[in-house]
Amino acid sequence: MNRHRATAGVLSVLSMGLGQLYNRQIGKGLVLLGLQVISLIYLAPKVGHALWGLITLGDQAQQRVKVGKITKVIQGDHSIYLMIDGLIIVLLLLVVIGIYVANIYDAQRIGKARDEGAKPNNFVQSYRFVTDYYFPHIMLAIPAIGVLFLTILPILFTIMLAFTNYSSPGHIPPAKLVDWVGFQTFADLIQLKSWSGTFLGILKWTVIWAVVATGTTYFGGLLVALLIEQQGVRFKKMWRTIFILPYAIPQLISLLVMRNLFNGQFGPINQYFKSFGLDGLPWLTDPFWAKVTVIVVNMWVGIPVSMVLILGVLTSIPRDMYEAAEVDGASAFQKFRIITLPFVLFSTAPILIAQFAGNFNNFNLIFLLTGGAPVNGDYQYAGHTDLLVTWLYNLTLNFSQFNMASAIGIIIFIIVAAFSIWNYRRSRSFKEEDMIQ
Amino acid sequence: MNKRSGFVRLTFTYIALAAIAVCSLYPALWVLLSSLRPGPSLYSKRFWPSSFTLDHYRELFTNKTFLYGTWYVNTLKIATLSMIFSTILITLSMYALSRFRFRGRKTTLTVMLVLGMFPSFMSLIAIYVILLQLNLLDTHAAIILVYSAGSVLSGFIVKGFYDTIPRSLDEAARIDGASHLQVFARIMLPLSRPVLTYVALTSFTGAWVDFIFARLVLRTKEKWTLAVGMWDLVNSFQNSNFTLFAAGAVLIAIPITLLFVFLQNFLVQGLTSGASKG
Repeated sequence: MNRHRATAGVLSVLSMGLGQLYNRQIGKGLVLLGLQVISLIYLAPKVGHALWGLITLGDQAQQRVKVGKITKVIQGDHSIYLMIDGLIIVLLLLVVIGIYVANIYDAQRIGKARDEGAKPNNFVQSYRFVTDYYFPHIMLAIPAIGVLFLTILPILFTIMLAFTNYSSPGHIPPAKLVDWVGFQTFADLIQLKSWSGTFLGILKWTVIWAVVATGTTYFGGLLVALLIEQQGVRFKKMWRTIFILPYAIPQLISLLVMRNLFNGQFGPINQYFKSFGLDGLPWLTDPFWAKVTVIVVNMWVGIPVSMVLILGVLTSIPRDMYEAAEVDGASAFQKFRIITLPFVLFSTAPILIAQFAGNFNNFNLIFLLTGGAPVNGDYQYAGHTDLLVTWLYNLTLNFSQFNMASAIGIIIFIIVAAFSIWNYRRSRSFKEEDMIQ
Repeated sequence: MNKRSGFVRLTFTYIALAAIAVCSLYPALWVLLSSLRPGPSLYSKRFWPSSFTLDHYRELFTNKTFLYGTWYVNTLKIATLSMIFSTILITLSMYALSRFRFRGRKTTLTVMLVLGMFPSFMSLIAIYVILLQLNLLDTHAAIILVYSAGSVLSGFIVKGFYDTIPRSLDEAARIDGASHLQVFARIMLPLSRPVLTYVALTSFTGAWVDFIFARLVLRTKEKWTLAVGMWDLVNSFQNSNFTLFAAGAVLIAIPITLLFVFLQNFLVQGLTSGASKG
């Protein structure tokens, strides 16, 4: 007989909690019922307006109407608020629907157990059951809510922006409405000369920068680590502590300091040049030298991290491998090429790729050091050292080109994601995580 | 002959090491000396100042337009609170993800990974509008919320660490009748000291130096953090007030640098445990 199962299921479809009450699980039933009442009162009335807002983005902009001699401002629809409110309501609705579905399943499951003659859990037992079997879900619930509203929602919103015309000067609420335009923004980015030129130029520099910055810091770190670990070198710990210092100083501070250090007019670097009778270099003001400067400064900031990592790997290489090589008469260079390098490369490969992705989006370094300067006249709102991310930032905060910034954000995401997923899939933590223990 | 080539090699090594050490130390030393130099300008004739003064440090806390003291307190408060919240959130959630096999686990991991790949300021506008709607703009609560909620996505190192702790430990405790929370508090927490230190330190310094979100959320000067204030100082009067900036920079860098140097070993462990596990 499926009597209890069917009845409890149907009751739960009618209203959350009813099935549980029917199953004599009073506590659980009341909690669910209360949840339903709350969502009916607060959520349900807003759903219609939210969907309307999301689809139309408003149909009445702010207006100025002359009433007699005074102009009155009539508040219209604010497309962007409509969009975010709509998104929030839809997400909340999805959460409630999820609970609703779970509630039906639960009522059916308990009903089935009753059909089979079992006694349903009381509230205390349910509580124990939940903390035992749903422990991970509870632990993840709070962070999940935070991530849902402060990460996922903003990202969804930004992706949606890329398909609107939200940009200065023509479409800034509340004075104007924003409309859906489909793939027009992406088309503009590729087809309009001014945008595509800037985009390709910056993309090229971003890729060069990411490759060079990652390579220099990685091999710089390897070199320093090898220098320290050489046989016969004394005070290893002291050297390590000194070299780790640039990593310990907060980046914000060291970068702002570097900006002054490389100051073309007053900075000490150029003063040293002058005291040797040389002209100073335009470190931060010439397109070429600015690029050199950011890479050099990045080496200063990044080498310590690689050094620490590689030092850790070096100590884990089994000694007997070197001894065996020495017995076979290998030279120092051969030992390095055949044992050390493959070993280090193999164990730090995931980090290397992560660093590449990190450098691709290295906002702090560029923004704090050069701010994208020197300005490039051929570019739309960008300078010679701007990376895609700093360009995105400027487009958003200083030039209000929100739709274009979002489109660029999506493109950055696709590039970085492709790279990282490939990296993650081949890393051990994904493949073998259950095999370690 | 072998001995001589070894001597030459070592000499070159020491020269190289010394050169790198000079490069590593120079900027820090230069700022320190600049902060003790009389006069406000960036330009100075010599590296070693002819006389020393503590005026700039005094000025930091007495200047009426430059609210360094207030910012320092603000920053300490925000950094400490978001460190506590992020550490709790990260360790609990990563413990759950590492230890339990439940439906949707792989999906959660993949979603975390994918979300981490969006440039973080893609969400700037949306966060701004949401905080505006919630009336949280220009409050410290908002910025702590943003930091703590965002920190979970960077928890892979912690998960990697928990993966390496043998599961037989907690299974034994479970058999003895401990609840999951007890297992976590009594067994896992004491074992995870290195990675906890790593997480606490990175979230503390993260809040200490971030200025992207801080600048977006904190609108009035009295609410600013040090990062926003210092950036503003450098941006608005770079050359005329350099020594003041240097003094401020030294006071920011000292606590963080000391923390790093003292907790070096924990950090190295944290970094390398991430390295071998990706």
